[in-house]
Amino acid sequence: MKKIYVNEERCLGCHLCEFYCAFANSGETEMFKAFKLGKNAVPRIKVEDGNGINFAVQCRHCDDPLCMKNCIAGAISKVDGVVKIDHDKCVGCYTCVLSCPYGCIVPDKNGHSAAKCELCAENGTIPACVQNCINGAIVFEERGE
Amino acid sequence: MPVNYFPAEFEVLRNYDKCIQCRACERQCSNKVHWFDADFGKMLSHDEKCVDCQRCVSICPTGALKIKPNENAFRKSANYTQPLMTEAYRQAGTGSVLLSSMGTPKDYPVYWDKILLNASQVTNPPIDPLREPMETRVFLGKRPTQMKFKKNGELDLSLEPSLALNVPIMFSAMSYGSISKNAHESLARAAEELGTYYNTGEGGLHKDFYRYGANTIVQVASGRFGVHKDYLNAGAAIEIKMGQGAKPGIGGHLPGEKIKEDVAHTRMIPRGTDAISPAPHHDIYSIEDLRQLIFSVKEATEYKKPVIVKIAAVHNVAAIASGVARSGADIIAIDGFRGGTGAAPTRIRDNVGIPIELALAAVDGRLRHEGIRNEVSIVAAGSIRCSSDAVKAIALGADAVYIATPALLAMGCHLCRSCHTGKCNWGIATQEPELVKRLNPDIAYHRLVNLVTAWNHEIQEIMGGMGINSIEALRGNRLMLRGIGLTEKELQILGILHAGE
Amino acid sequence: MKYEYVIIGNSAAAAGCIEGIRETDKKGTVAVISDEKYHIYSRPLISYRLKGDVTEKQMNYRPADFYKVNNVETLLGKRAVSVDSKTKIVQLETGEKIEYEKLLLATGSKPFVPPMDGLDSVRNRFCFMKMDDVKGIEKVVKKGAKVLIIGAGLIGLKAAEALEHYDCEMTVIDLADRILPSILDKKTSEIMRKHIEAHGVKFILGTSAKSFKNNVVTLTNGEEIKFDILITAVGVRPNTELAESAGAKVERGQRDAAPNSVSGKAEPADNCLAARSNSIHARGFITDKKQAVKGVKNIWAAGDCTVSEDITTGTSHIIAIMPNAYAQGLVAGRNMSGNKDTFDKAFPMNAIGFFGLHIITAGAYVGDCYEENDGENVKQLFSSDNKLNGFILMGDKIKRAGIYTALIRERTDLTTVDYKLLCEAPQLAAFAREKRFDILSKGA
Repeated sequence: MKKIYVNEERCLGCHLCEFYCAFANSGETEMFKAFKLGKNAVPRIKVEDGNGINFAVQCRHCDDPLCMKNCIAGAISKVDGVVKIDHDKCVGCYTCVLSCPYGCIVPDKNGHSAAKCELCAENGTIPACVQNCINGAIVFEERGE
Repeated sequence: MPVNYFPAEFEVLRNYDKCIQCRACERQCSNKVHWFDADFGKMLSHDEKCVDCQRCVSICPTGALKIKPNENAFRKSANYTQPLMTEAYRQAGTGSVLLSSMGTPKDYPVYWDKILLNASQVTNPPIDPLREPMETRVFLGKRPTQMKFKKNGELDLSLEPSLALNVPIMFSAMSYGSISKNAHESLARAAEELGTYYNTGEGGLHKDFYRYGANTIVQVASGRFGVHKDYLNAGAAIEIKMGQGAKPGIGGHLPGEKIKEDVAHTRMIPRGTDAISPAPHHDIYSIEDLRQLIFSVKEATEYKKPVIVKIAAVHNVAAIASGVARSGADIIAIDGFRGGTGAAPTRIRDNVGIPIELALAAVDGRLRHEGIRNEVSIVAAGSIRCSSDAVKAIALGADAVYIATPALLAMGCHLCRSCHTGKCNWGIATQEPELVKRLNPDIAYHRLVNLVTAWNHEIQEIMGGMGINSIEALRGNRLMLRGIGLTEKELQILGILHAGE
Repeated sequence: MKYEYVIIGNSAAAAGCIEGIRETDKKGTVAVISDEKYHIYSRPLISYRLKGDVTEKQMNYRPADFYKVNNVETLLGKRAVSVDSKTKIVQLETGEKIEYEKLLLATGSKPFVPPMDGLDSVRNRFCFMKMDDVKGIEKVVKKGAKVLIIGAGLIGLKAAEALEHYDCEMTVIDLADRILPSILDKKTSEIMRKHIEAHGVKFILGTSAKSFKNNVVTLTNGEEIKFDILITAVGVRPNTELAESAGAKVERGQRDAAPNSVSGKAEPADNCLAARSNSIHARGFITDKKQAVKGVKNIWAAGDCTVSEDITTGTSHIIAIMPNAYAQGLVAGRNMSGNKDTFDKAFPMNAIGFFGLHIITAGAYVGDCYEENDGENVKQLFSSDNKLNGFILMGDKIKRAGIYTALIRERTDLTTVDYKLLCEAPQLAAFAREKRFDILSKGA
């Protein structure tokens, strides 16, 4: 299954992927509107800047997802390899935030649900972070595990 | 606080309706132009630090940025222009030689733009390069001038060592030190894929790049940095650099800050020390001395590799080239004065040397006249900006061309001409690890391949239009050229007719 | 009626068990028995239901076709009264006898209502654990109703949060001198109390109900409070009767295992317990790591009725949280269907919010404490012997909490990571390069 991988050697720590991610999931047509109108633009990818290195991290779509196992609402499921949150069911308790060992589930701006990378399944074939990475540091590919 | 005599050169314009404060501009500006002001709650900029490298403009996700020249103007004078005044102020403040990078921005004539190309009509019809073979392969090196026979009477088919290029374009010398390791890797990989050559420049060859040796020209310059037997043998050819178009008669100076561990190791000098290339080779004061060096490196490489001698285009370039051709060099590279540099004194760059077009025509004419044109190949360098420049150079007598600035552009360079600061925001002319990172060789090499491939298509198309199907047939074919708006003297030097003739 | 697998209980552990069985055994017959008549739903969501955030349908813990897809027969609304482990028969209240080959006891817990004088005279008295509790409250609650909640634990306060929706006048009393003692220390408890008070909830702490007369309570401090609705939420007790009837081993967990004791001193265990948050000092089933119940054959157990070994303290006690229940159920299901799996990563953890202020806590609050505290956003990390034992995160600080949780779960040696950096912010950059590459390229 294709997943998103980040090449630490190439990641510049520009954080643009976070903004493209938030925009892609905002439902807005213009990036500045997504942020200017105070909509629910939350990045599901996180760029780390610690220890003099940079890399972005997002949901690994684990084989045995702790977030899914631990979700108290049964709102997280894995469909065709993609771990997804059913926002209709999510109550925003953030047990998934507590559970994810990658720190890749974020409280949504509305305060009532959680958000995570779902590989931009709704936004096109190539995830926004991959498509817009200015240094080709983020790739979407199949790797033997 | 002393008086600030000169204003910021550029102005950063930010469309606040579009700025989303992602701060990518701030994070990506090595000159620290942008910052987020918490009190104002918005992004602001130190315009005076901006070098107009366009990095921020290029990456701004909402297109909120624009850089434009500062409109503030000193009182106009055609003689004392604002740049001249500013430079005087700057030198009055520092007491230093002005430093610049890349090719001169001055408004000197560009002869390429005053030369027009021919095309066939009716007779000798054009060739469609998509349907018919169009040879862009070029061999550089000595050509046999007469048939030789072995003792047993058989024809001697052995040839002098040469370079084989799939395209008549090579990447000219840029040293590791002046440009980044990632830039070097990109050039090396592109040369390999294109079937051409890149040039190490005078900084030696990083151990990681010996694997691209078959597509590498290793350079020996006056500083002799990183020169040793393995280095000479690693490349496909050896280039002795006598001069550089952008700074003829001037050595090089790579400041100690750029000499990090890897660069120091590659150059075989202590870390942090300035790498100074003397103006002359201290062992070369005559053509005979040059010959000695040529044969020294030939000896070291068992006469298996062609030797290139690179000279700057200066006033008596034709005579110099004649001497070089007789010194044993296999290839002469001539570097015109509009060529680029990683750092040069401004006054030298902007005032010394002559244009490549005139130098090339003069050299080709002189060598033909002396009957030694076949002794050497000629490579034209110093502002070959596009495929038609390359075609014109070949028609003026070059066997191939060297390009560097277009290669840098392909890798992202925006010609801000700030290489000498070492803070290249595009990761090219820098050794700062976090800046070098910005040049992803996987992307850059691909863009280099694209550029040269595109040029090669254009060259084929132009040649096809002339009814010519090989570079070999184009070389020195000045009948394919006509001057426009040139004086009788210029036409005479170029050896071409005026349009309409 | 005979089934290969019988599951008593219909919540997280049951779901885990069914999914565990069906990973390999697609055919074996499965039956679920529950005294509740509902499709499998999430108990913790009852407060959201009361508040109106979710509908009954949205409370479904698994999709509506869950039983059908997994080929499970349901015996819902039927109480199991005893288990005979020799004949392998579950006796239902209806008189039906259900034969099993393998049995999962996922009986959970029930509210503990301490004996109080005159409690029977109270009208509109509720617990707050099940769907029916919500339905009952919904029927009687009116705008502006006076509500008395006994117990300032997770359940009681979640009820209070939900009832704000009805503009109820709420009073919460607790014997303890602070709220949420099971998951918060004094400082954080104080912050949360003030936050909740700002939403109009009145706390009377360090006191308890002495007696009731109709809908008036007399507190131990002498105060009298009139109320319309009473919610008792002082704690829960595991449902152990069935197991005992089967001859299973039922024991008390170890008292010193409470996770909430910064000093290492245990808190009173009974005054404030929560069904999904907490370690309970009470009798539970003793199982092995494969969730098989000790003392009997062919019976497994999972969820709030079982005792597990807390990896942060090394002691065994009931860790009544939903993630544990599911994980235990899954392990039980896998083992019941012939696979091998063990559950050995138990520790208390909790993510919950009250009136918009979120907290995430885990493990034991013992050892050296790294603390950040600006009065609303708090981070406390507790470590000893180069291991992270537990944490309390509040407000903004909850972000990426899972990275800390993983340090506890894996008992990561903190000398192998940049702990200082981790204290500043949870981040993978703090891991050694190889480890980081490993976790980023694979995924758990």
